[in-house]
Formats: sequence, structure tokens, C-alpha cells
Amino acid sequence: MSNKIKWEFPQALEDEAIYILRETAAQFEKPAILFSGGKDSITIVRLAQKAFYPGKIPFPLLHIDTGHNFPETIEFRDSLVQSLGLDLVVRNVQDSIDQGKVQEETGKYASRNALQTVTLLDAIEELKYDACIGGARRDEEKARAKERIFSVRDEFGQWNAKMQRPELFDMLNGKINIGENVRVFPISNWTELDVWNYIRREQLQIPSIYFSHEREIIERDGLYWPYSPFLNTTEEEIPFREKVRFRTVGDMTCTAAVLSEADKLEDIIAEIMEAKISERGARIDDKRSEAAMEKRKQAGYF
Amino acid sequence: MEVLRIATSGSVDDGKSTLIGRLLYDTQSIPQDKMEALHAASKRKGLDFTDLSLLTDGLVAEREQGITIDVAHIYFSTPTRKYIIADTPGHIEYTRNMVTGASNAQVSLILVDARKGIVEQTYRHFFIAGLLRIPHLVIVVNKMDLVEYSQSRFDQIVADFHELLAGAQYQPQSIRFIPVSSLYGENVAAKGTKMDWYPGETLLEHLEQVSFDHGDQAHPARFPVQSVVRPRTEAFHDYRGFAGKVASGHFSVGDTVTSLPSMQQSRIKSIDRFDTSQQVANARESVVITLDGEIDTSRGNMLVKAGNEPAPLKEINAQICWMDQQKLIPGKTYLLQHAINRVKAKVQQIQHVIDVTSNRIIEDKKELGLNDIGKITLKTAQPIFADPYLVNPANGAFILIDEYSHATVAVGFVE
Repeated sequence: MSNKIKWEFPQALEDEAIYILRETAAQFEKPAILFSGGKDSITIVRLAQKAFYPGKIPFPLLHIDTGHNFPETIEFRDSLVQSLGLDLVVRNVQDSIDQGKVQEETGKYASRNALQTVTLLDAIEELKYDACIGGARRDEEKARAKERIFSVRDEFGQWNAKMQRPELFDMLNGKINIGENVRVFPISNWTELDVWNYIRREQLQIPSIYFSHEREIIERDGLYWPYSPFLNTTEEEIPFREKVRFRTVGDMTCTAAVLSEADKLEDIIAEIMEAKISERGARIDDKRSEAAMEKRKQAGYF
Repeated sequence: MEVLRIATSGSVDDGKSTLIGRLLYDTQSIPQDKMEALHAASKRKGLDFTDLSLLTDGLVAEREQGITIDVAHIYFSTPTRKYIIADTPGHIEYTRNMVTGASNAQVSLILVDARKGIVEQTYRHFFIAGLLRIPHLVIVVNKMDLVEYSQSRFDQIVADFHELLAGAQYQPQSIRFIPVSSLYGENVAAKGTKMDWYPGETLLEHLEQVSFDHGDQAHPARFPVQSVVRPRTEAFHDYRGFAGKVASGHFSVGDTVTSLPSMQQSRIKSIDRFDTSQQVANARESVVITLDGEIDTSRGNMLVKAGNEPAPLKEINAQICWMDQQKLIPGKTYLLQHAINRVKAKVQQIQHVIDVTSNRIIEDKKELGLNDIGKITLKTAQPIFADPYLVNPANGAFILIDEYSHATVAVGFVE
């Protein structure tokens, strides 16, 4: 055997993530996995399975349902939960709207993306979660590049970028005061391509909207928007059918499609390696301003 | 593919963010939409060039002030390697973030402005690289375009740095000096034409081949136990495993291990990873170890190879970097976290404070405030099983946590 140990992907990043998930289970009373049905949270579920095997995943999945999801994602969510025997907790943005806590946006660009923060914070308070595990990655966006692995939020869910705890070596400090919670990011150091390669290696199931399929879309601001009853369209915006797929899974009102013929994982990976546009380039929610993500994170967005 | 972790440091305005931007740009790692956003943001700021530093300064406050406040992690890859860059702040008031960013690095890039040469911050960064024992050092002499690509200027800076090195205890495994112009891309990823007198590799070429290892096999085997896996299901009725990540060295099936602190011994029956088993677990691998006999072991304990146990420490001498607004209070009890084990620890004495720019002990200073580095003596409520940091970095560091604010207030290196 060689005297040198190489720290290689994907093993290296998997080992790191498993360590973080085990720390989360050990350091907190009541953690939950924030589950959106997207590829990153699916990866987290797989890592959690590995971290606690042959025991069960000790976390429930929390899904903040905006009501504007792709139906395929919800279908996928339910089948995953059933096949792995997980607990699923759903909280609905519609309830927050009905309670008058948030107000539906109006106009052409109306989206429930920002509203879900309030529903999330209410869920954390109601269910007394002290750690919320998310699939955010530092390569996604420049404000996320600043995120710690254990990121402390105050009782209003706020992220204080200037006062982050130092995080040294792999020693994680999850001690918090009552009312505070920690956002945990086990795949911080993964890139989009790493996640795809991992999905291929582990042969994970993912929602069908990631693969090329024909669907009704409209063109707006140079992006292809999925046509749905949730989208406020103008008279000029006539839906048409095209072969598309999605690179991220958000709401139907804030996730743009890309024209694609990629219907296999290999093709998706090849497409991403060639892509000239970043993953979040198709996220309409990020385009609102240069600091869109940072501002949402300060407010408690996941 | 191998993962190489790099920490960059440098003084304000020496072009650190531009260097990283250049590395990303030349390796085609900046997607078109991000590039367009950079053009637009530069224009809004009234610049007549594309400011690559806007790529890494992710916070509003950073963009406003044009400085880096907190560590940003940046990723790129080449066909050879995956890179994780921790872009750390240059300002003295963010020293703690510099240490945070550098703590996992194998390579420390220290930027020097060719016009200014070695400045106060260079000493500080060199000191921190030494404190952390980062194996590889690269001194990037930037802004060569502003000194007419002068070889003699570069040689002078190299000579000055060798002088600094000669007086230091820390000698990195390798050290390189590379003259670059980040603005024009000379010697960053491509050779360029302006410095024919420089025979060496470009920065990227160097990073592509720098040899590194993690947790050398020669280090003693240490396995902090994160949790005990006891599923008690029908299929795994009697399963009792110890989950954790190998901190250093390696363990094999059949090895006799000692559990600390109980000192009980047992033999490794299996090393499991999810639904498969393996013969050996190397440093940094997250596995579950099962043992032949039942021994008293739980979270926070450590398995080590029998015959190579670290001594129990109740009184610890350590170098520390203080990271909190509130000064260290001698006699106060903090929580000391070593690996995942937490014990109460009382600061007995501040032995001295170090002026990191001269590497000298400040005789008349006996208090540690934010960003100060010094040596202290601690007494712990229970023994910890740390190795000296110089012998085994993976088992030689700790953090101090304030019991009331819960903040991580210091990082320490066991002597």
C-alpha cells in the first residue's frame, strides 16, 4: 500500500458530509432535513442514509410547500418518503397567506418564493427544530460562498454575515441559545457537477423534470418559463410546446427551463460540463438584484 | 479526482480577488451569465474595466467597501484536480477569519505587491501559515506590470523573504516564488511573454503538481467516536458499532485498539461503510467500527491503536488565537472542544502574547483580545487525549467555546 493517502472526490466529500450529519444528530435535540424534492436535498437524504446505517435516518423531512410546485416533484417526494420509511412534515405557504402573515405578490413576476421564509420560520418555531439541514452549496451563489457549515440564525431566522462563528478544522460548534437555530450545510463544498456525478454513482432516482421532456412554456426576458395556472401572463405571451428540462427545482413561477434533449444522466452531465450559463442563471428569484440571495438569507431564507 | 485546498491571503489592495478571478477566468470557470453580471456591476461602479474581484466579494458590505470581510469558498477544477480556495480577508481586524479560512489548507498563497514588497501583513500571514503548519507556501509577487516586470525587483523580494524564513521556526515542506500580473494574466494560468527571465512554473502549473497527503500513515491512529450505532432491528439485532471519522493514521480489521479514557482494549472485528465492509480505514474516512468484545465507549471517547496511546493531559500549554470581542478572562471557565469531545477548561495563565509581525514576545502585555495570538496554560476538568500539534495536527488542535454566549472564542494548538 502506498504511504500517501489521497483525498479524492467523491469519497472525500461524502466522508465529510457524513461526518457533518453525524455531528448534527449528536449535537442537537431536534434536527430536520429541509426537503424541496430537488437534486441537492435528494443527495442529502442519501448521505443521511449512509451516515446512520444500519440505523434509520434520525431526521424527519420538512417540506415548505408553496403550492406552486411542479406536480412531478410532489409525486417524487411522496414515493421517496414511502420507499425509505421516512417521516414527512409539510407546512403550506397558503396557510401563512390565509392567516394574513404574508401577502401574495401581484403582477407579472408574482412568486411565492420569498413568502416561504415566513412559513419556514413558523414551522421551525412550532415544531421546535433546533437544526435545519439544507442542501445549499457554496458554489451556487456568491453570498452562499460565505456560509459556514453550521450557520447560526437568531430567533427571527436572521443570518448575520459579519458576525459568523469561526469554523476551524472540522470542529463544529453547535451550541446555541434557546430560540436560535442552526442551518446545517453538509454539501457546502460540493459543486453542481459533483452532485450530478454522485447521483450517477449512487444511481439515485430524481424527479422527471430534470430530464428532457415536452412541455408548454412561454418566453419572457430571454428565459423559458414553464406555463402553469400560477404564472401571470400577458396577452402577448402565448404558450408553445418545446423539449426542455430544468437544472434546479424551485417553484413553477421562479424556475426557468432550458432547451435540452438530455434524457439520461450521462447526457445531463455532458450538458452541464459544456454549459455557459450557471445553474442559478435560470433562477428568476436571483435576478431581482445583485444582493437578492444575501437579502433573503438575512431574512431567514434557507 | 484529488481535492486540493488552498488559502489565499494578502494585504488590502494587493489584488487577491483579482488573482482568483484571473485563475477562474483563465480556466474557463466563470459562466457567461456571471461574467455578464460582472460587466454590468463594474459599469455601475463607473469602472472602465471588468472588476474580477466582484466575483468573490459576496456581501453587500464587501462590495461597498471594496474589501473582503469574511472567508469565501470558491471552487474550480481542471482535468487534473478539484480546487477549493478559501479566500480570506487581508485586514488585520479579520485575522480570525483568516485563520478560519486557512485551517484546512494544504497550500497557502501569500500575495505580495511587487511595488511594496514585504509589508506588515506579509509577516502576519506567514506567521499564521506557520502556526497552522501549512505544508506548502507560495509567495505570489503580484502587480509585476507596475514594476516593468523587473527581475531585480522580484529577486529583491525573494531575498527579503528568505531572510524572514531564516529567522523562523516554521519551514514549509515546499516554498515557491512566482512573479505574476493578475491583471494581464502573466504567469497565473499562462506563461505570457513579459517575464522570459523567469524559468519556473506558472501558478496553476505549480498547483497542478504540488504533492500533498492527508493524514500520513506515519501519524498515530486516532478515531474519535461520534456516536454508537445500535439499530436493534430484527436484521441487526446485536449490531453495536462506533461511528466516526478517522482523524489520523489508519486502522485495520484485527488491530487491537484501546478506548480512551476507559483504557479497555478490544480487537477490530469489522470496518463498515454503509452496506459494505472494508479491511482498512484511512485518515478522513467516515466509517463504523465494530469490536470483538463489549467495551465502555461512547461519544467523545477515542479509539487508538494499543501501544500507541496519547498521554492524558489535564494541564495544557497551547498557542492560541483569540477570536472574540470580549477579551480572554484568566480564571474563567470555558468549554474546550478537542475533536468532538467537550470538557470544561480554566485558563490558568497567559504566558505571553506574540507580536506576529516581528515574531517577538511582547513582554509587557498579559491580555489577549480579538485577533491576538499568544501562549496560555489551561487546566481541564477531565483529561483530553491530544497529541502535540507539531507531531499530529489532526489530533493537536482545539477550540474554546464561551459557556454563556456559545461563541467559538479561540482556537488552540497543543504544545
